[in-house]
Amino acid sequence: MKPINEMTLIFPSKSSNESLARVVAAAFASQLDPTVEELAEVKTAVSEAVTNSIIHGYENKIGEITMHCKLYSDSIEIAVTDKGKGIENVELARQPLYTSKPEMERSGMGFTVMEAFMDKVEVITEVGKGTTVVLFKTFKFLAG
Amino acid sequence: MRLQNNIQLDNNKVAKGGYALDIKLSKRGNALIAKFYGELDDHTVEYARQKIENEMIKPAVKNIILDFSNLTFMDSSGIGMIMGRYKKMEKISGKVAIACSNPQIIRLLNISGISSVIPLHPDINSAVKTLRGE
Repeated sequence: MKPINEMTLIFPSKSSNESLARVVAAAFASQLDPTVEELAEVKTAVSEAVTNSIIHGYENKIGEITMHCKLYSDSIEIAVTDKGKGIENVELARQPLYTSKPEMERSGMGFTVMEAFMDKVEVITEVGKGTTVVLFKTFKFLAG
Repeated sequence: MRLQNNIQLDNNKVAKGGYALDIKLSKRGNALIAKFYGELDDHTVEYARQKIENEMIKPAVKNIILDFSNLTFMDSSGIGMIMGRYKKMEKISGKVAIACSNPQIIRLLNISGISSVIPLHPDINSAVKTLRGE
């Protein structure tokens, strides 16, 4: 299936860019006129993925994050990519409440929230090379 | 446009120093009330943590009410902050309550399991009454 529109946003892994990324993703998704609730879900999931890249991928060092969004007639696909340290055990990382940084008061709910708010979440990762999290969501009203 | 209301941040709610979060603290009896304005994410959570922490260590504070009525966004960074404050209050036998009417944030609190540990209230008055045991 060919996307009807695409966009890429590249930004340094500064926490101040978390809000930029989620607002851009929501603004792009709004071309399909989804509900306010669906947009809020997209914003939250993007925020989780970008935060993961900043805190876990780059461990608060500055690196490059790429957000590539593809829009289809009734859905969106958002890929958030970093070139950070990668995830050793994806299954463990996706467990609710699991965090590799409990000392930072992380909740360990990032992937759980992404999974709850999106239809599908894919993780492509290689230790030492980086991680891509792909978020998929169909907008129900548009899908009928 | 539906989106505009959703993504535009009210200038009055942007804290000094460029953080898109402001917290106003007040007291009611022995309860510290922290009113959140704006967005709570990984970028703003440290500000929230420090602002509340400085006040909650005072001996007159027994309980904390986190008022999210004016919060427009929260992700799991907020969950970590809430759990951190809850654990600290638990150590001094204090209680935490949350006032929130934003359905999206309530959903996040439910998904994370927070709402099974910390009671959610529709507004501050209801939270205060419960903490007083009324």
